[in-house]
Amino acid sequence: MAAKTSPKKEFRVLSATAILGYGFPESSFREGMKRRPDLIGVDAGSSDPGPYYLGAGKSFTDRSAVKRDLRFMLTAGVRRGVPVVIGTAGGSGARPHVDWCEAIIREIAAEEKLTFKMGIIYADIPKARVRRHLRKGEIVPLTCVPPLTEAVLDESVNIVAQMGVEPIQKALAAGCQVVLAGRCYDPAVFAALPISLGYDPGLAIHMGKILECAAIAATPGSGADCAFGRLRPDSFVLEALNPARRFTKLSTAAHTLYEKSDPYHLPGPGGELDLTGCSFTELPGGKVEVRGSRHVETERYWVKLEGVRRVGFRTIAVAGTRDPIMIREIGPILAGVEAQVRDLLKAEAVEGRITFHVYGKDGVMGALEPEHRIRGHELGIVIEAVGPTQAAADSVCSLTRSTLLHFGYPGRISTAGNLALPFSPSDARMGEVFEFSIYHLMPLARPADFPARVVTVRG
Amino acid sequence: MKRSILSAAKVIRSKNSGPYELTLDILFKDRAHFDLFRRRNIVTKSKIAALYRRPVADILKIVYFEPSNALKITMRRPIPSGNAGETDIYGAQQHAPLLSLTY
Repeated sequence: MAAKTSPKKEFRVLSATAILGYGFPESSFREGMKRRPDLIGVDAGSSDPGPYYLGAGKSFTDRSAVKRDLRFMLTAGVRRGVPVVIGTAGGSGARPHVDWCEAIIREIAAEEKLTFKMGIIYADIPKARVRRHLRKGEIVPLTCVPPLTEAVLDESVNIVAQMGVEPIQKALAAGCQVVLAGRCYDPAVFAALPISLGYDPGLAIHMGKILECAAIAATPGSGADCAFGRLRPDSFVLEALNPARRFTKLSTAAHTLYEKSDPYHLPGPGGELDLTGCSFTELPGGKVEVRGSRHVETERYWVKLEGVRRVGFRTIAVAGTRDPIMIREIGPILAGVEAQVRDLLKAEAVEGRITFHVYGKDGVMGALEPEHRIRGHELGIVIEAVGPTQAAADSVCSLTRSTLLHFGYPGRISTAGNLALPFSPSDARMGEVFEFSIYHLMPLARPADFPARVVTVRG
Repeated sequence: MKRSILSAAKVIRSKNSGPYELTLDILFKDRAHFDLFRRRNIVTKSKIAALYRRPVADILKIVYFEPSNALKITMRRPIPSGNAGETDIYGAQQHAPLLSLTY
């Protein structure tokens, strides 16, 4: 990393979109480029879409959409010599996700005749390393997470750590024009370069925290538009690049609440963002200036680990009912169907779990649903079967569907079939099922040391 | 007569805060309503626990955030996002019980 120097007046950042592949208007991107950014950044990931994507090594965004967004960013960045940083490649940031994104970048380089130096940083953490820390009592569960055991660690796949700014700074210091990072603390994408130029880490990280969601923090908010940030020695200024949007004090402050447990204290790799002294001021032209954000380093440098384990395979069937007697009796009917199916499965030695998602009853809130009356004239029922193999899941789903279709219940007057099935085939394979198994902190002695390689991409 | 929360708030929303927690935000219409709710301690852990049929210990935090005239409630998810029995992976549709709050 370069020695810290006194920062120039302003460091300008163009954030392309909330998540790589969500898109942005070309006009907003051009407005951003007109402002001569020092960095083009994009966050490509989230754990929000659930455990499947990390486990299966797949992206939750569409390949052609990711390629479209990256084409604008790479052509503008490479031709003008502006660094391009991509964080949490492929949505979850494990090796298969990084490889997927690398292939897309290479395709674009070939098509657009772009040649550049690229740093690729991997966030995967070997199980042996996690185990060493676990045996020393150094794997700390986050709130509501059970302590990690060796058995759970053994079952887990694609374990990644959220890297901080240091590995990105290392790649940029090595002269990389493009940095493709695996699982990454979202703000690090935007904060790494300005922090190594001497800007205040608190302001840089807080600006990154807002820019990683791009125009979501503007009003009207959008996940598919660019945003622009100007980092100064004692503040940062946010600007929307679409005349239809602006940043307001309230839109910016409200975004600070979004998806966080405590808006004043935001923990990240190696420290915590303290916003207790933070102020938001509106400037003319739909801009907001933020001051007072502080970064407080923790005594030890901790990173967050994420990992999932496979619990089986899923098959589902979608159905509905319009029968008022069946709707009234739906609880006992489904319990009766499940009991009957269980008996049959036991006889056949097929394992599996059955879940009924009953829309119109408690399909959305499940255990949290306070309303117990059913007031609709129809119910939607999703039959979910999870088994140890896809074939087992298929069997459980098929048997549950046919049993429910012809189940005799007290008071039944519609004897030809209990379900309206919208599709033929009625059952759909959903593939592997994963659940989160690791969401813990691990100490890191050398935060810059993530495995990385520097390649020359030739177009 | 008690008034509905809808006359005091302009945003009421829910979302995951990581896969293990659910966070509920109430953004008040103005500073006056924010101050009123904070002063009278209208939203309590026990009230939220009753609304969501959870033990009080599962309601982890209630934080007032002045810069956006907002109140944030964080609770333990009944199950981690995506586990067996999941109904709402993103946690984005768990806000409705809050609409029955009055003041």
